Amino acid sequence: MTDTGTGTGTGRGTWVDQALREHEEHAAPEHAGPQPAAASDREQQVLDRIDKARRRRPKVREERITMSHGAGGKATRTLVEAVFLDAFSNPLLDPLEDSAQLHVNGGRVALTTDSYVVSPLFFPGGDIGDLAVNGTVNDLAVSGATPLYLSAGFILEEGFPVTDLIEIVTSMKAAAQVAGVQVVTGDTKVVQRGKADGCYINTAGVGVIEHDMSLGVANAQPGDAVIVSGPIGDHGVTIMLARGELDIEADITSDTAALNGLIADLLAATPGVRALRDATRGGVATILNEVATAAQVGVLVNEDAIPVRTVVRGASELLGIDPMYVACEGRMVVVVDGGEADKALAALRSHPLGADAAIIGSITAEPPGMVLLKTAFGGSRIVDLLVGDPLPRIC
Amino acid sequence: MRFVDEFRSADKAHALAAKIAGLCEPGRQYKLMEVCGGHTHTIYKHGLEDYLPEQITLVHGPGCPVCVIPMGRVDDAIALASHPDTIMTSFGDMMRVPGSQGSFFDAKAQGTDIRMVYSPLDSLKIARQNPDKRVVFMAIGFETTTPSTAMTVLRAAAEKLDNFSIFCNHVTIIPAMKAILDSPDLRLDGFIGPGHVSTVIGCRPYEFVARDYGKPVVVAGFEPLDILQSIYMLMVQLSEGRSEVENQYTRVVPWDGNLAALTAINQVLELRPYFEWRGLGFISHSAMRVRPEYAKFDAELLFEVPGVRVADPKACQCGEVLKGVLKPWECKVFGTACTPETPIGTCMVSPEGACAAYYNFGRMNRRRVVEVSIS
Repeated sequence: MTDTGTGTGTGRGTWVDQALREHEEHAAPEHAGPQPAAASDREQQVLDRIDKARRRRPKVREERITMSHGAGGKATRTLVEAVFLDAFSNPLLDPLEDSAQLHVNGGRVALTTDSYVVSPLFFPGGDIGDLAVNGTVNDLAVSGATPLYLSAGFILEEGFPVTDLIEIVTSMKAAAQVAGVQVVTGDTKVVQRGKADGCYINTAGVGVIEHDMSLGVANAQPGDAVIVSGPIGDHGVTIMLARGELDIEADITSDTAALNGLIADLLAATPGVRALRDATRGGVATILNEVATAAQVGVLVNEDAIPVRTVVRGASELLGIDPMYVACEGRMVVVVDGGEADKALAALRSHPLGADAAIIGSITAEPPGMVLLKTAFGGSRIVDLLVGDPLPRIC
Repeated sequence: MRFVDEFRSADKAHALAAKIAGLCEPGRQYKLMEVCGGHTHTIYKHGLEDYLPEQITLVHGPGCPVCVIPMGRVDDAIALASHPDTIMTSFGDMMRVPGSQGSFFDAKAQGTDIRMVYSPLDSLKIARQNPDKRVVFMAIGFETTTPSTAMTVLRAAAEKLDNFSIFCNHVTIIPAMKAILDSPDLRLDGFIGPGHVSTVIGCRPYEFVARDYGKPVVVAGFEPLDILQSIYMLMVQLSEGRSEVENQYTRVVPWDGNLAALTAINQVLELRPYFEWRGLGFISHSAMRVRPEYAKFDAELLFEVPGVRVADPKACQCGEVLKGVLKPWECKVFGTACTPETPIGTCMVSPEGACAAYYNFGRMNRRRVVEVSIS
């Protein structure tokens, strides 16, 4: 079929035509059913067809980068898979874990990198400096590594106050001390006024993996428990309010923190941990979807059990966003053997950063690849990957 | 959390659900339309359908502000925003609505200055801060948002802010409901009335639905228990053979509406002879434009806009979904060619759109999922 039927006569082409063409190619046989089936069967057929469509190789349809490509949701994943993974694919990169695990002289080393563009640079509870240290430390720690060394690259805008830079670097130093890491190499670039927004930081980190546990979201199994290490969404809501665009004032600070101490305690307490992920951009919902997709399991979450501060809930209600998608910078999701869940929870709660940890759900066999939420109201729904970007430049 | 949790009590929901089930006549099917997209969103977000007997089907209505904006108006807005020294401001919902050459987000990525605002008044702030630019607010929505647009124009007039204007796309709900009632495709038993619209227009404008069409209307709030209670109230009317307008959302909706808001609208805006609704076509006296007295705030007069009517892609069945004739998943491109990530139709864009709500929250085999969550 060559007529894609857009019928606009305005020369529109691009992805709409392409999407419709692909749809015709893939969907034609299923439409040709001779008998109209019962509504529930037809709905199931549609669900199956969508499932198939979602498994197809992702394509970036936009002609230009939009803010959604940086939001950590669906568009980010599409960009990563269709552009970066397509070019760089290798066994170390392909699992798309928070850090790569390298084998060096018989030992295991973890390597990660992250860039920080948060706006504003200073916010209650932290600044871009400690964020840049903690974020990279956490990406190493959730891979089960002991973080050791960081690099720090600065992109500075002409005219940026030196006192601000010193304040940022001072908090990086303090955060590095707390996390027990050293900044051992760096880089500085300056761009003309207007070509950047004050200060951007990139950090890379190296750590060693000193145990033989294998952590990864693909390891999740039916019967496992899902834990979050504390109240979710504090960082995202703090940043949003710190921007001052909403005229809402609330007593809340970012949760930015290095999680390596908490993780060390957890891994020492139980051998049952299957996966750890820090819930940054895209929030807890995104992590749970990564678990469901990677392990082809269902994730069943109880909305009532998810710890969310009243301030965060209130702000989210007002703004029409779901705290499950709001970024944290010092919280993680833990998938642990169901039999070890209580032990894991106790270990987390005995550390100050995990005092409010809670079991929020479990891994199920059905339906594979999906996150289901039992709502506080008593109904059920799915929790999908985030589309669009409610909060740009959160970290 | 106060003022929220009491409207989401699972215990109360169970009790109401039992009463609703008790009112169903054996063998009778009930089709109730929630007019407002905000209700659609609540229904899916809280999994409210789990509480309803299979005899009751909720049909999603046209009350989604961005869903009804036709492609041509999106193109016009982008053309407007592309003028030199122009800043367009828009609600976030509108940013991803596709025009024939892409959405506001795409235009923004190409360098057009389009900024998201949470309130139309924020546009005035931007206008004050940028006296050498022209700031245009993309005004959309039903009567819920129309008063704030009108107030913004009044404020701009009082401040003599000459670099501010609005691109008015405000629509009115009653003509759309009438179009649906007159449509031969659909047999509805009753309406869950739009709560926020009714805070402005009150409950009287729905009386023709009960009187002339014999269908009950219950104006409803937006928490899940509000909606469940409205369904109960509709079922009581149906079981007693009544068709009346009732107000469930009494804590917010006055029976006669908000006179101050209506006055502000009337001062600044007037009805257009006709307006194109996406999927529903041209509906007479269904939208607002700026009155001649406030012409200098009317972007349609200040700027050259193409004003070209652009047909939807043939494969897109948003119109049928907006009228409630098709369920979201019955659209041929639902979830395959048309997804929230790359929407073809508007119903897939807004969180209030039926397709987006179904795709993001309800894309599951409800019966099987209920089994999993109980086990």
